[in-house]
This record gives sequence, C-alpha cells and structure tokens, in this order.
Amino acid sequence: MPEVALSLTARDFRSDQEVRWCPGCGDYAILAAVQGFLPELGIPRENIVFISGIGCSSRFPYYLDTYGMHSIHGRAPAIATGLSVSRPDLSVWVVTGDGDALSIGGNHLIHALRRNVNLKILMFNNRIYGLTKGQYSPTSELGKTTKSTPVGSPDTPFNPLSLALGAEASFVARTLDADRQHLQSVLRAAAAHRGSAFVEIYQNCNIFNDGAFAPLKDPDVRDDHLIRLTHGEPIRFGADGRFCVTHPPGGFGLVVRRTAEVPAGEIVVHDESVTDPAYAFALTRLSGSDLGTTPVGVFRAIDRPCYDDTVRTQLAHATATMPHDPTGMLAELLDSGDTWTIG
Amino acid sequence: MTTMVHDTTTTGAATEQAPVRQLDRVVIRFAGDSGDGMQLTGDRFTSETAQLGNDIATLPNFPAEIRAPAGTLPGVSSFQLHFSASDALTPGDAPDVLVAMNPAALRANLADLRRGAAIIVDTDEFTGRQLTKVGYRANPLEDGSLDGYEVHPVPLTTLTIGALADTGVSKRDAERAKNMFALGLLSWIYARPFASTLRFLERKFATRPELAAANVTAFRAGWNYGETTEDFTVRYEVAPAPMPPGRYRNITGNAALALGLVAAGVRSELPVFLGAYPITPASDILHELSKHKRFGITTVQAEDEIAAIGAALGASYGGALGVTTTSGPGVALKGETISLAVALELPLVVIDVQRAGPSTGMPTKTEQADLDIALFGRHGEAPLAVIAPATPADCFAAAIEAARIALTYRTPVILLSDNYVANGSEPWLLPDVSRLPDLRVSFAREPNGPDGRFLPYLRDPQTMARPWAVPGTPGLAHRIGGLEKADGTGDISYDPANHDLMVRTRAARIASIPVPDLEVEDPDPDTRVLVLGWGSTYGPITAACRALRRRGLAVAQVHLRHLNPLPANLGDVLARYDRVVVPEMNLGQLARVLRARYLVDVVSHTKVEGSPFTTGELANVFERMIGDA
Repeated sequence: MPEVALSLTARDFRSDQEVRWCPGCGDYAILAAVQGFLPELGIPRENIVFISGIGCSSRFPYYLDTYGMHSIHGRAPAIATGLSVSRPDLSVWVVTGDGDALSIGGNHLIHALRRNVNLKILMFNNRIYGLTKGQYSPTSELGKTTKSTPVGSPDTPFNPLSLALGAEASFVARTLDADRQHLQSVLRAAAAHRGSAFVEIYQNCNIFNDGAFAPLKDPDVRDDHLIRLTHGEPIRFGADGRFCVTHPPGGFGLVVRRTAEVPAGEIVVHDESVTDPAYAFALTRLSGSDLGTTPVGVFRAIDRPCYDDTVRTQLAHATATMPHDPTGMLAELLDSGDTWTIG
Repeated sequence: MTTMVHDTTTTGAATEQAPVRQLDRVVIRFAGDSGDGMQLTGDRFTSETAQLGNDIATLPNFPAEIRAPAGTLPGVSSFQLHFSASDALTPGDAPDVLVAMNPAALRANLADLRRGAAIIVDTDEFTGRQLTKVGYRANPLEDGSLDGYEVHPVPLTTLTIGALADTGVSKRDAERAKNMFALGLLSWIYARPFASTLRFLERKFATRPELAAANVTAFRAGWNYGETTEDFTVRYEVAPAPMPPGRYRNITGNAALALGLVAAGVRSELPVFLGAYPITPASDILHELSKHKRFGITTVQAEDEIAAIGAALGASYGGALGVTTTSGPGVALKGETISLAVALELPLVVIDVQRAGPSTGMPTKTEQADLDIALFGRHGEAPLAVIAPATPADCFAAAIEAARIALTYRTPVILLSDNYVANGSEPWLLPDVSRLPDLRVSFAREPNGPDGRFLPYLRDPQTMARPWAVPGTPGLAHRIGGLEKADGTGDISYDPANHDLMVRTRAARIASIPVPDLEVEDPDPDTRVLVLGWGSTYGPITAACRALRRRGLAVAQVHLRHLNPLPANLGDVLARYDRVVVPEMNLGQLARVLRARYLVDVVSHTKVEGSPFTTGELANVFERMIGDA
C-alpha cells in the first residue's frame, strides 16, 4: 500500500455532498471522528475505499472524499472481500449497522471474520432500525416496545462482540460515538491490525431510540458503568477505581467486584493478545442489554493468517515459476489433455 | 441424421478371427451402478474414439445421489457416446449397443434401445436378489423378453476376477476392474486404439502400481476375450469423419467455459476473479479455474451464492474481470446483486448452467427454463445482456463473448449454459490464440468534467459505457451505489425527470449493443418453415433439419447466440417464412418473447423431461409443420 508523507487534513476527506442524517444523530460525531482520523493513516485518499450496505449508517461513504460504494443490504462484507483480495494496495473499510451486519448480512459478517479478510468493519449499533422508521433490531433488548413489537420484543438480542469472537475474529473492539478521542484510538488500533477488525460503535438514534446508551454517557453515572480497557493495565473502573474485574472463585468467565475486596494480585490485567478467545469472550459477557458494566476499547487483537495474504501467496507461488508469456501459456493450456491432429 | 446403424459395406479385410464391417455411425451406452465407473469407462472410450478422427457427441447421465443403494434403479449411471464417420450433432437418440453391468442398468435403459440393438450384460449380476430388487420376477436373459435384441451374455465379474487371480490384488479390487474388462471388450469390437487408455491407467493409479497393473490386465483380458470368444463374430470400423484440419481435443461445455474465461483474462490483460458457491451442475467450472492460478486467476469459494456474486462485483469494481458461476437457484439468490451491477454499470459475467427446476428440481437433468429469469428476473427496470452457447465446444467462444460484452459495455452479462452442454462433450478444433478477440480496456485516468471534476456517469458516445475508474486512481475518487444517480455526476438524485432519463438510458445502452445479424441456413429457395432455436437445442435441431433435407424436404434453420439484445435482422427473418417453429426445453419462454416483440405467431414446441430433444422427435414435428404450412 502506498504510504507517503501527506499533509492531508479532516477537510480533505469531506466530500461535496450534503450530509443528510437527522439533526442530533450520533452518525455526525462518528463521521467527524473518522474524517479527523483518516489523515493519520498516511494513505492517499484514492487508496482508501469505504463500502457500506443499507441503513442510516450506510450513507457514510457518500460523505467521505475517498472511493466508496453504497451497496445492498447486508452484503458489504462480501463485496469488500472481493475488492480487498484482488487489490492489496487498498485500505478497505466496511460501514454497517446492527440490522445490516447482524440480521440480513449476518452470514457475510461471520465468514469475513473467520477468513480474517483484511477489512476494517465499523458496525454502528443503535439497537433499532432507523431508516425504516423504528422496528426492533437484532440488538434490541428483550421486551422492547417498538412499532413492530407493540407488546414487547420476543427476541433475545445478539451480543455482537460475543458473536464476532465465536466467528474467530482476530480483532474485536467497542467504542462510543460521543467519545471522539476513544473512538479515534480504537480506529487507530483497527487500522494497524492485519486482518479483519470488528469495531462496534454504540451510536445514538435520537429519533427512534434516544438515550439507548445514556448510562455510558451521563457524566454523573457513566464511570460506574464504563470499563475502559487498556492493554497491560489492571481492569479497574468507577470513581477512584472502586470496581475491578477478576476471576470468580469457582466457575468460568470474569466478574466485577469491589476493588477493596480483591487482593491486588487477583485483579485481571488486560491483555488483548491472549490467543484463547475465552478471555475476550468473558469480557464481552460483562455487559448485556442492560449496559450495567460495559467494557470499551480493544478486547482482542491477535495475529493470525490474513485471508488476502494467503490467497495472494498462492497466486504469487503459481505465477512465480512461470515465464510471463500469457499467450504462450494459454496456447499450451488449450493444447493439453488428449489431443489429436487432423489433416 | 438417423440413429440406425448404416451398414454401408462389408469389407473383405478381416483379422484372423473376425471379419470387419464398416459402419457410418454407432451409439453406445455404458450403464451400471453409480459405483461401477461408467463415466470413466465412457470417457476413455470417447478419448480412444476421438483419436481415430471420428466425430463425437457424448452425454453422461447420472443420479443426483452420490451413491444411491447398489443395484437399484435410482442408482443407475450411464454414459452415451455417438461416434460417426460424418457429423455427430447429438449423442444419438437410441443406442445401438447397451453395456449393462447389472439388472438395474438393463431395466432402466432397455426402453431407449432400438429393436435389434446389441446388449452386453454382466451375467454374474443377473441373480436372485439383484433381479428382484429391480422388479424382475424372471431372469430377462432367460425368459425370452430380450428376443428382439442381440444379447451377449458375458460373465464380466468372474472373467475379471479370474484374469486378476495371479496379480495379488484383493478380490474387491479385482471386481472393481470389471469396467476396464468391459472397455477392453468394446475397444476390440470397435477396433479402438488403446495406448492412451493404458497411459491413463498408469497415471491414475500412479501411487498404487498394483492397481494400475490390475486395470491394465483387466483391459487386455477384455480385449482378448473379444478376440477369442465366438460370441463376437464381427468387428466394426467407423471411418474418420471429414473434419477441418487442425489440432483437436474432446471437451465438455463446463471445461470449455472455464478455458474461455482463462482466455478472456489473457486477452483482456485483466485478472480474472471467480466468486462461486458449489452447485450442480456448475461446480466443475470452479474446480477447473481453481487449477489455473498461474494465469493470475483468483477463485473464492464464498459462503453463499450472494457472497459469491458480491465478491465478484467487488473485484470488478477494483478493475478485475469479475465472474460468478451458478445454476438456477443461485441465479434467484443473486438477483439483487445483479440489479446493483446494472445500477453501478460495472462489468460482470454471470454463468447459469441451467438444470431442471423449479426449486431443487432435478439437479443433474437439463432444462432451458431460466431464460425468463435471465431476461426479466430482477426488481425494477434492470436490463442486461444475455447469451447462450449452442454446443459443448462453443462454450469457449461464448465465454469470451460474454466477457467482451461485459467489458466493452460495462454491464452484467448472463450466459445461459445448461446441463446438456455442460456435461456433454464433442471434438473441439483448437483456436489460434493470437486471433482471439482483443478484450483490452482503458481505465479512466483523468478527470472528464469541467474544472477538473470527475463525472462517473458521463458516457462514451459510442458504447454508452461510463468510465471505469478503479480505486487507486488519483483525482478520480468518487462514490457510487444503488441509489438513483444523477446523469453525469452520479450524485444521489430523486429528481423525477432524471430517474426517467436514467431508466431509459440503461435500457437504451443494452438495446444498442451491436449484435451480429443472423445467418439463416436455408439451401432451398421455396422454404416455408423456419426452425429457430437457442442454446443447447442446436445439435438435435440441426440433425433433424439435415435429416429432413436428405429426404427432400425444405426447412430453414437459424439459431440465436444473443438473447438480449436480439439481432437487428431477426424481425425480417421471422417475416420471411410462413411458419416459425421454436423448440425449447421449457414451456415456450423464447416463443413468448418473439410473439411480444415481433407480433409473429410462432409455434412453440416444448419438452421438459430433463433430457435433450431427440433428433427423431424434432424431425417428426418439423415434418408435420412442413406438411401444414
């Protein structure tokens, strides 16, 4: 991928299109954060491609002055796979939502993650269908009342990060639309990761699901709910770090306890490079629909073979031993097998 | 042509054992259990026959089940081969020879034979349970029910095991070589050269030399059996067919499609990218292309049909020749992405190897019932180019033509093959590679609008194609998508007049793709009946027309390669004849298009039995039309 000393700014990544999300939508903050972050990549604009599906979030590519494709519902990871595999010189990003990625496009998401295609997948999770005006989504809470569930949703929601880990994701992170600094730090880590990077961004839909993530944003209470993961640091949160994450005395997983009641040595030190996905999975299970204790940051970032690289290595291996004479090779190929001559 | 054996001469030249009789054409069907290796046997006999210079057409017929219960009717697998001293346009209507490896194979195929046909059976299999399993109450070899045929009872299994007794292979392995015994016998009867088969066996069993030796021994034993037994008193020869000089190989439609795609990559100087999901009967194209990575071809076996075409479209967006291969159910799933490709105006080749539908239908049987979905099966006004190959070897040229249209006119192209051409085979005159069409394209490099702007939907006045500006090109960054685009700029537009313009423009740009005029084969000045076909019906239609002309009847024939857009002179051609007959393996899908488009009362002749038309049935239909016209 060409990397040059560029003096691009956020402004350079703004397209000439009028941004048309509802006023107050969390997508504005994400767009500004991404536009502010992209210059850091040091990649020419023309080598960056954003591919989206359908939904409010999927309008995203229109507003970035890069190459972009607004594709069809749920299929962005598939289309991006074809592009990324065939064009290693590009930085390919997928912008999707909770309905796009986890409902109609669930199959493509899990397969992109298991293959570890070199894609940066930004999933804006607002826990609602916004573009179609307010139906429950696969991340809406059980019992949620929406236009299509007047007496409450009977569906158990996905935990998107648990799902991603189950699909063998090599990079899994979560951040918030309103926390620009944190969002950009996660984007930075995702961009640096070779392979699929799955980033869940909690995003407020102020029209159909306003305040969905209020406990994580309200300055008065958020510190007791938000667990900021930092690689190499003990996992503590709350005012003065009064809560911590530790292993339960028996059983599996991780639990939250009062720091005062836990010997310092038993507080889990966050390590995103743990290869056993059980650790990151346990982290994702600290929160559910209720957002009671919600980790944000990079849960997992491990090295494993990237699909693009493997495919291209096979190609390179096949082409390396051949003279570059495609016409001659073709003639030879056609004239192979059981041939005979007449006349 | 006819399926009867023309006993043209009986030559005096004879080997020591048997006189040799000259035949014009022969149709052989090898039939057995799916585990009996009938496809391989047929393939080898075909290869031996091709080397003799006969014209050939083949048709395998196998169950969808990989291994149906042994000895049952659903488990019967067969391979039919027609070889001729003149033209072999179809695999033949009725076999002259049936090789039946068990009672099920006899029962399943007997009705297709002409009276007097030769039947070679493995008598070892015609025992109690094997007979009752398929409903024979008495042994058909003994109850007189085969009196109208020339039956050759051969204890194939016993003879094979006996021949291999000293080779040290297990009894089971010895028994499995009985297909080579049968092949050896048939090779003797029809005086086929067998060196290539022996080489093939050495290669196939390279890691197990004892099996290679056993199979070679079985083959020779079969040959020698023919020579020494008194049951086979005559050998047959079929003289080479007069064919244009050149290098030939026998090829199936699926293999020819794959090679055509390789050639399209070479001639366009673009990387070929295949996104595919396994589906019968298209998977062989994926298998074949995945072997040719040295041409820079990427094959991705996707998680589903939708991802397969999505990845292909993504690759096309990046400047590759994107291809996806599938069959009917997959086309249905790909519909939304094909519509996106129509809106994005990017090159994309979609290959549909049709099979009998609807739904899962009969996956290993042929049909032409996806013409409607190819032409019309999308939401919105979403026109695209549709073409169809006529024969197995023609698939090579058809693949190149699909790529040419896709690349030149920046459009998805659907290529409608079917199970009959996909798995059938015929001799292919190898093309001169340097004379294949030049498919090179120019990517957009410079802004094309005022003030250095790039207008992704500003069209080439000649082709109406928009610029192909691939990511990575400085100064041309732009956004495209499924939302309606403003003419020229490609910006999102809900303007009513713009939508009307864009819908009409997308229609016009497909309608104006130049397509060669039709050339009608009509040797008689007073012909009143025209037969018009498309796709794989070419063989039986041509054979039927020639048979009628040999009998002095006048019939014209024309065959469509391009189904959208249709050739400009098609209306004139239709108007020239009193009656137009359109045979199709569907319920009249092309006929409906012709009636709607040209207001011509064409006669639709249809059949949906999962098998191709026979020459005989079409000749009857055409003859009736000629009588009525």
